[in-house]
Amino acid sequence: MFLTTMILQAAASAVFGKAAAALGAAIAALAGAFGIGKIGKSTMEAIARQPESAGNLRTSMIIAAGMVEGAAMFAIIVALLVVLK
Amino acid sequence: MILTFLISFLLSAGVNVGEIIFEHIGDEYEWHITQWKGKDVAIPLPCIVIEDGVHVFTLHHARENGYSLNEDGKLVNAATGKRPLDLSITKNVLSIMLSSLLLLVVVLLTARWYRRHDVLKESPTGLAALMEPLVMMVHEMARENIGPDYRKFSPYLCMAFLWILFNNFLGILPFFPGGANLTGNIAVTLVLALFTFFTVNLNGTKHYYKEIFAPDVPGFLKPIMPIIEVFSALMKPVSLTIRLFANMLAGHIMILSMVCMVFIMAKYGPALFGGMTVVSILLGVFLDALECLVAFIQAYVFTMLSSIYIGLARQKE
Repeated sequence: MFLTTMILQAAASAVFGKAAAALGAAIAALAGAFGIGKIGKSTMEAIARQPESAGNLRTSMIIAAGMVEGAAMFAIIVALLVVLK
Repeated sequence: MILTFLISFLLSAGVNVGEIIFEHIGDEYEWHITQWKGKDVAIPLPCIVIEDGVHVFTLHHARENGYSLNEDGKLVNAATGKRPLDLSITKNVLSIMLSSLLLLVVVLLTARWYRRHDVLKESPTGLAALMEPLVMMVHEMARENIGPDYRKFSPYLCMAFLWILFNNFLGILPFFPGGANLTGNIAVTLVLALFTFFTVNLNGTKHYYKEIFAPDVPGFLKPIMPIIEVFSALMKPVSLTIRLFANMLAGHIMILSMVCMVFIMAKYGPALFGGMTVVSILLGVFLDALECLVAFIQAYVFTMLSSIYIGLARQKE
């Protein structure tokens, strides 16, 4: 009974918006790190297999990492907008 | 654990971190340089407002001319509260002018070296040696992605790369000609992305437009495919905008937070948090180095994607 009154008060005070935005930003950072980690892992394995193609692979890795980071940044910007407005 | 202490003390430290950060990454009507003995030292910039004639004044004299700042920090007519046509030279505008001037000087000096020396007989020295790998990198990228008529687009790609690189680096510099957060301003990156959008779409071959509006697909897909293709063509500049803007903005906010942490720690006395001050300075230096890397990578990715989009639009078969 105390729990429900607490939840009701928290929901009414609209503090969940900012907490949810911060959580969203954390999930975006998590997803970005996970994605870029996978890219790094496969690039390292590929360079280990064939060291002379390291230059090409490094370029492709940077481009793919830039794309994934862009997607994570979309979510961060949305979270920032929620916190600021 | 130290971080939780820090967060709990943040509001009572007397250093308003949020305000400092937003002052540095936002636009303002004068260029605030430093504080000298408690007074702000700022370069006064002209506010040019067109409403029943042209009014030019500095921010200090805004009230006498009948204009005041609203809560977003923009000039409004003090009597009616409406925004006039605001063509002021703000901090960002002056920064664009300065960085473009700097880029022009650097590029023209490099070109002067190439005019005076035969490049087949000697390798470049000085500024030309610094700029040659950068320009050749963009040129090779254009050749590989665009195909046979790459020379027409290579100047635009070189300009985009060098301009974004210069502005990213100037944003990291904390003192005068730098320090204006230009590529972290969504209006600036939107204009750059629109340049790419117009370059791609105004120079598309017939094959490109045919693929968008009349693709070779089964009948029941024919009405949907153009909508999807147009949407994807519109999403390309949006993603370019947001990628550059968000990366630069996030980097600046992180660096500013680290530097603000130094000030907060200083307010608590060096004996108590001396260790944390050293840590925050080291973190600040590390973040600055990371920002330099991100500046280069973001300029490179923007140019690479622009060249890929142009190459896709110039395919003929």
